[in-house]
Amino acid sequence: MNYNWNWHIFFEPNPTGAGTYLDMLVAGLLLTIKTALLAWVIALIFGTIIGILRSLPSRTASWIGFCYVEFFRNMPLLVQLFLWFFVLPELLPRAAGLWLKQLPNAPFWTAAIGVGLFMSARVAVQLAAGIGSLPRGQKNAATALGLTTAQGYRYVLLPMAFRIILPPLTSEFLNTIKNTSVAITIGLIELTGQARAMQEFSFQVFEAFTAATVMYLAINIVVVTGMRFLERSLAIPGYITGK
Amino acid sequence: MFDNLDFDVIRRSLPYLFLDGMSFTLMLTGLSALGGLIFGTLIALMRLSGYRLLGRVAGLYVDFMRSLPLVLVIFWFYFLVPYIGQWLTGASRPIRVGAFTSSLVTFIMFEAAYFSEIMRAGIQSISKGQPAAASALGLTYSQSMRYIVLPQAFRNMLPVLLTQTIVLFQDTSLVYVLSIPDFLGAASKVAQRDGRLVEMYLFAAAVYFVISCVASYGVRRLQARIAIVR
Repeated sequence: MNYNWNWHIFFEPNPTGAGTYLDMLVAGLLLTIKTALLAWVIALIFGTIIGILRSLPSRTASWIGFCYVEFFRNMPLLVQLFLWFFVLPELLPRAAGLWLKQLPNAPFWTAAIGVGLFMSARVAVQLAAGIGSLPRGQKNAATALGLTTAQGYRYVLLPMAFRIILPPLTSEFLNTIKNTSVAITIGLIELTGQARAMQEFSFQVFEAFTAATVMYLAINIVVVTGMRFLERSLAIPGYITGK
Repeated sequence: MFDNLDFDVIRRSLPYLFLDGMSFTLMLTGLSALGGLIFGTLIALMRLSGYRLLGRVAGLYVDFMRSLPLVLVIFWFYFLVPYIGQWLTGASRPIRVGAFTSSLVTFIMFEAAYFSEIMRAGIQSISKGQPAAASALGLTYSQSMRYIVLPQAFRNMLPVLLTQTIVLFQDTSLVYVLSIPDFLGAASKVAQRDGRLVEMYLFAAAVYFVISCVASYGVRRLQARIAIVR
């Protein structure tokens, strides 16, 4: 293989004039984490609302939930990001569209919101399944105790459901982190974007991508270890995963 | 709101969008699903083979692929495939590889990790008595896999495999990062040439939406039918 390996490249100054190539990659890593965390918060909020709608006995509510999930699940994430980034500002009234286009950090906000909404459909499906897996007696008991529907969800159903679906939520969180890399197409220079930039500046393709790969693996290990700890401390006694 | 939009641009570019773009996307989806299924089944068999080393290697591959974002994997293979080709053919310099071959290799290797998990679940869903009966009848390991276990595993997992293929169909849009004219790439090319981003991206979104919706409705129907037969 006639490829010139140069592992010292990471410590050489990068052409932007600020620090080394390694600094570039670390900046990308931090942006990936920041985007993924914001997206995950959005996914949890919207996913919870839609998941509850899907589990309600009302026909209209579950129909709205169904439409929401189908809308976000049946389009590629890349296309959804394009819709938010290129199409939405044009369809809004002129003033609002202009404001959106001139927003500083537009790729960051678009990526966080776009990935967040995309993932919220998946969170909703998991949560609805989690609520559905609870014995019917839980809801009945909540009603018998005089709790309203909202209170029943708040104090009985949701705390149980979230603890049950923690393992699938872990993998959805990992997917959120991975999906932020799609935002490279709307100009977000996160970890994959920085690796690509480093490859274009330095021509050290494989070193750049190896470093990015190692960083993604590290994020994965940290998240999986952290979530395993959380799962163990939140496991419901009496369930298979419980003590 | 819609007054300065020109939806005629879609009609004018239809042949390019579908004959060039969509046929690339569908071909890539179909061949990647097929290749991913074959390699995925092999990986699943390795993991369940009982040979520790083989199982470890397969497991590491699957975990590795599943913890990387597809965009990064696409870049990896885009630069790596010429060197792999050089190594395979013994050429003196990295060989030139077309856009289609490069993305096909990427998606087969990437999807194999996901398909292997599905096939592993499928194989494990077959009761132990089946391979035991097969070996009692004198079938070898490969015969028992080929005639008894794999056909049933494949059939049980068909809805999940097809759902994964729909995901794959959507994921092929990511070859956009290599400026390859798949369906989305073609739409984006027209959009940028004519300055019609809104119309083209709305149209592309609608096409992906309709195809995925129809396909997942088909999968749900199939699932219901398979469930009745069993």
